[in-house]
Amino acid sequence: MLDWNSLVNGITDVLMLTSRNLKRYVRIPQLLVFSSIQPVMFLLLFNYVFGGAIRVSTGSHSYIEFLLPGILMQVAMFGSTATSVGLADDLSKGMVDRFRSLPIARSAVLAGRTTADLLRNFFVVVLMVVVGMVLGFRFQGGFFHALAALALVLLFAYSFSWISATIGLHVRDPETVQIASFIWIFPLVFASGAFVPVATMPSWLQDFAANQPVTVTVDALRSLMISGQTYHVGRALLWMAGILVVFIFLAVRAYKRIS
Amino acid sequence: MDAIKVSGVSKSFGDVEALKKVVLSIPQGGIYALLGPNGAGKTTLIKIMTTLLKPDSGSVKVGGLDVVSQAVQVRKIIGFAGQFAAIDDHLTGRENLEMVGRLYHLGRRKARLRADEILRQLDLAGAADRTGRTYSGGMRRRLDLGASFITSPSILFLDEPTTGLDPRGRADLWDVIRELVVGGTTLLLTTQNLEEAEELAKQIAIIDRGRLIAEGTASELKERIGGSILEFRVQSGEQLERARDATRDLFSGNQAIDPQLGRISGSVASSTDALAQLVRRLDASGINIADIHLRRPTLNEVFLALTGRESE
Ligand SMILES: Nc1ncnc2c1ncn2[C@@H]1O[C@H](COP(=O)(O)OP(=O)(O)O)[C@@H](O)[C@H]1O
Ligand SMILES: [Mg+2]
Repeated sequence: MLDWNSLVNGITDVLMLTSRNLKRYVRIPQLLVFSSIQPVMFLLLFNYVFGGAIRVSTGSHSYIEFLLPGILMQVAMFGSTATSVGLADDLSKGMVDRFRSLPIARSAVLAGRTTADLLRNFFVVVLMVVVGMVLGFRFQGGFFHALAALALVLLFAYSFSWISATIGLHVRDPETVQIASFIWIFPLVFASGAFVPVATMPSWLQDFAANQPVTVTVDALRSLMISGQTYHVGRALLWMAGILVVFIFLAVRAYKRIS
Repeated sequence: MDAIKVSGVSKSFGDVEALKKVVLSIPQGGIYALLGPNGAGKTTLIKIMTTLLKPDSGSVKVGGLDVVSQAVQVRKIIGFAGQFAAIDDHLTGRENLEMVGRLYHLGRRKARLRADEILRQLDLAGAADRTGRTYSGGMRRRLDLGASFITSPSILFLDEPTTGLDPRGRADLWDVIRELVVGGTTLLLTTQNLEEAEELAKQIAIIDRGRLIAEGTASELKERIGGSILEFRVQSGEQLERARDATRDLFSGNQAIDPQLGRISGSVASSTDALAQLVRRLDASGINIADIHLRRPTLNEVFLALTGRESE
């Protein structure tokens, strides 16, 4: 069944849908401006408000060094909510019904949505790194480790887009989905090693915090960005592979079952 | 071969039986209307025909293809415009059409060409470069309709294409819809409005609570309903009962009585005869008429005649 022609068609479908999803940022530039200001603001607030109080016991030289990888994770997690909101919006406005009546793959709409969100995340992640460097952050692990770190955080954002897609397809109402997203995102972001060392948490929480994907990935980021090592990278990739396999399956299944 | 053949289709959502063993054959070419009140099952049926929903039982063939086992091929030969105008607010009118054309794999140039053609045809050329969010309700409907026929499909499905439009917008859209079938396209549309079905469709099927209750041309259906509706009001309420008894045999079905307004109405087979007779009878009985007129049946009265109950 999979001939050359349908492969080319499949790829153009995803590209068409990706560019359609990105156009809203061109048409409403304020959307991109404000969705960039928010994470920058978080970075500044965390750095200057908590920076003085939190004595990091990880061997980092300054809080920004500890903070930036954590903020990147937060950006990735918060950014992934856009996937569910966008899908719920398309569902409630009948766009999904139109797409489903067209001769395109069932996965094309989901792929177009998550790819658009990946590109937007790329933009925001680069912006955060630049701001972080202005605040004094330096990649001490060298260029290739820095690139690997960026790739890792984007892959993380991409995997979480698929969790978000699954939720969006089930909840369906754009406003409800926005609120619902934060219920699972906040515990994952804050009960993690993103902003404070896990060792400072009560012991019942440590078991969860130390092993959940945000902590594992942020540890991998710190290892790549600060010491130029690849500690935790394997475990982080394992988490993401697992999330992708499970949630691509669940999202595509939910998409097929839309009625 | 029929353009669309529905054989014993049932579909439930939990406890709600949206369709109950629907059987329907739609010939090729021309406009076919599926008429029914809100909640009748029109959208469910159209979604099954367009491969968006799977039937629980029964089968549907569109252009000779099975909508479940050959869904991919069906999608290539049909066009669909859903109940709510599905256009992207952040794309321009032209980009909206081009995107749909590209997703039908028309190729960049062909998609662009068709988009411009359709924008002209729908009188949207002047708004081609404005984003969807600036479009009025009527413009959105037209653009959405345009997207559904960008490939000039042989079978086109429109779910309540004029709902929510003002009379002017409705008339404009009717013109577009009539033009669409000139080239031999089969067009199935749903509507809650009897006048619209009559105005546009060769054949009409009436659907209620998931069942097909009548099918035929507009005049065939009207005959079953009984021609026109004769309606009159008496001046004082005490005369109502006498008026009812005096005129009972003039109506072809039951009389509907509204005591609050002092009004009696019902369908009549031969309208002018009945009108003349009614005036004579009431005059002879000494009943004073406040108001009298003949009018077309409403969808409600069609339902009353066919099902013996009012539609909600
Ligand atoms: N996705 C759904 N889930 C649950 N009930 C539904 C769903 N879609 C339709 N229904 C129900 O099925 C019946 C028929 O609906 P529908 O086909 O939308 O009617 P119409 O288009 O004629 O207004 C209604 O009672 C409606 O509430
Ligand atoms: Mg409907």
